[in-house]
Amino acid sequence: MANVFAFAEARSGELRKAAFEAVTAARAVADAKGGEVHALLIGAPGIAVSAEQLGRYGADLVIVVEHAGFAHYNPEAAAATVAERLRGGAYVAAFFSASAHGRDLAPRVAAKLGLPLAADVVEFDAAAEPMTAKHPINTGKVIATLTLSATPALITLRPGAVPPVETPRAARVEVAQPGADPAASRVVVREMTQGDSAKLDLADAPVIVSGGRGLKAAENFKLVEELAEAFGNAAVGATRAVTDDGWRPHSDQIGQTGRLVSPDLYVAIGISGAIQHLAGMRTSRTIVAINRDKDAPIFKIADYGIVGDVFEIVPALTKAVREARKSR
Amino acid sequence: MKIAVCIKRAPIMDVRFKVAAGGAAVDESGLKYDIADFDSYAVEAALKLWEKDKQGEIVAISLGPDTAQETIRKALSMGVHRGIHLKVDAVPFDGFAIAQALAEALRGGGYDLILFGKLAIDSSNGVVGAMTAELLGLPCVTACSRLDVAGGKGTARRELEGGSETVEFPLPAVLTIDEGIARPRLPTLPGIMAAKKKPLEVRPAQLGEQRLRITAMELPPERAGGRIIGEGAAAVPELVRLLQTEAKVL
Ligand SMILES: Cc1cc2nc3c(=O)[nH]c(=O)nc-3n(C[C@H](O)[C@H](O)[C@H](O)COP(=O)(O)OP(=O)(O)OC[C@H]3O[C@@H](n4cnc5c(N)ncnc54)[C@H](O)[C@@H]3O)c2cc1C
Ligand SMILES: Nc1ncnc2c1ncn2[C@@H]1O[C@H](COP(=O)(O)O)[C@@H](O)[C@H]1O
Repeated sequence: MANVFAFAEARSGELRKAAFEAVTAARAVADAKGGEVHALLIGAPGIAVSAEQLGRYGADLVIVVEHAGFAHYNPEAAAATVAERLRGGAYVAAFFSASAHGRDLAPRVAAKLGLPLAADVVEFDAAAEPMTAKHPINTGKVIATLTLSATPALITLRPGAVPPVETPRAARVEVAQPGADPAASRVVVREMTQGDSAKLDLADAPVIVSGGRGLKAAENFKLVEELAEAFGNAAVGATRAVTDDGWRPHSDQIGQTGRLVSPDLYVAIGISGAIQHLAGMRTSRTIVAINRDKDAPIFKIADYGIVGDVFEIVPALTKAVREARKSR
Repeated sequence: MKIAVCIKRAPIMDVRFKVAAGGAAVDESGLKYDIADFDSYAVEAALKLWEKDKQGEIVAISLGPDTAQETIRKALSMGVHRGIHLKVDAVPFDGFAIAQALAEALRGGGYDLILFGKLAIDSSNGVVGAMTAELLGLPCVTACSRLDVAGGKGTARRELEGGSETVEFPLPAVLTIDEGIARPRLPTLPGIMAAKKKPLEVRPAQLGEQRLRITAMELPPERAGGRIIGEGAAAVPELVRLLQTEAKVL
């Protein structure tokens, strides 16, 4: 038996795409090695209704832990709950998301179990024995293949690296207790603010429209927002020059010390293309750059560049994109 | 306050890396090194906290070969008071092996806060801080982009996908530091002079067993790129056409 564990990440009572990615990855290993997928779902009372969705992506068993103390992310009690399950289960591998919460949770669990952790994995060999996984190092300029010679192999998956695949089944549900009293946690999340939920997150958006200092002022970011809206499936990003000046929050920053993104289309508006910015978006499938300086480094990696003034080009592009999508 | 900051020496990233003979390591020839990006934010955060009442001290700890001492000196020149060099022949990739050595060195040190970078820019793991906290049994908040400490407790902010959370914790605690917190100061000339005389203790590191290794390395494919299709708004129709027919993203 080679059962595989998946942490089903939820926020504010709802499963995140990260949960389906983890279950999909676990399914691949379980299929290669012949075992079951056990997904752990932690949340405030009521979270159990989401268990069925996990079956759709290949969970055979959903372990549901409900407690009022899990209304917000509760790192200490969550880590204790996951560790307890992994100790008892003889799992070959355990998948988490390399999301903000997953990156916090997984190393805690790893240390509790005395195990190494392969972090921010973009690809893995489900059948390999011992397991191997690819992980970008040095700001993505080198891809390392890691060999995990401890069981269970603990892995956090880069969001977007493993697209969810439906392999529906009726998952069994087991109700379990927290591995530690959630009310006794020393670290307490007092408040969570969520941006506009209608807006796509940088990790999920197929298109990212990003603005730099070339926009001159915070209010001109509406040009970027309008272009993103015209695409319909776009999120807005920024450079550090912009987040430093407070035009956009730090959470929008793309680059070496910000978010690493890899959308189908990345539109860089008034961005010079500093090496630290490129580190966060170089792996985008198609890159468009608009900059008035024909020698700006961003043009060296852009598939399509337009030289000129953003204040002239971006409104024209917004209009053209709107029309193109209408006539489709 | 007594604060420890764990810092790593890492290559400066604005180069083209090469894979060394053997295929499982980066060719180090020609690389320049500095304190890893987020670790310099952690040092800055420590200095800001200490400067509030200038009580206690800040200790920088780095695990590595002798060259780690350069990195510790850099932190000392920024204002850190003393250093501990945990000596190894080479820094392992397995973060848990590193965490075990750091926890051993930190245990019983009486630190109110132990700071780490959110992740080391070379390994890109982001695991050592939280692992060390677990091994020490201390509360831990990762990826703090804002920080407030007073009266034996603290409040931190963490960035989430599409949001943020405010987290409270008691001291002593382990924190890993994200970028938003404060721009790291540059060493001053007097700072560099003073750093030369600050104490730097060398101890053998007690690394854990390595069970996570890099067994191969490759460079990602180069981007073709570099194509300027026109100037001004006149180039927009051609761009839209290419996005539709060639890139197929519209
Ligand atoms: C340790 C470290 C970490 C860093 N991490 C990051 C990171 O994570 N992310 C990041 O983005 N940066 C990061 N940086 C900063 C980075 O080095 C650059 O300073 C930053 O990316 C520049 O942002 P920018 O392109 O918006 O601004 P600039 O470099 O000032 O570029 C503005 C561009 O706009 C163009 N422009 C101006 N006006 C117009 C106009 N009217 N029409 C068209 N084009 C116009 C200009 O030609 C120029 O190319 C980091 C730096 C360091 C040292
Ligand atoms: N060799 C080391 N010496 C001291 N601190 C380290 C070392 N390696 C990692 N760290 C600390 O742990 C953090 C996270 O590292 P990592 O988990 O490798 O991304 C770094 O930002 C440092 O604060």
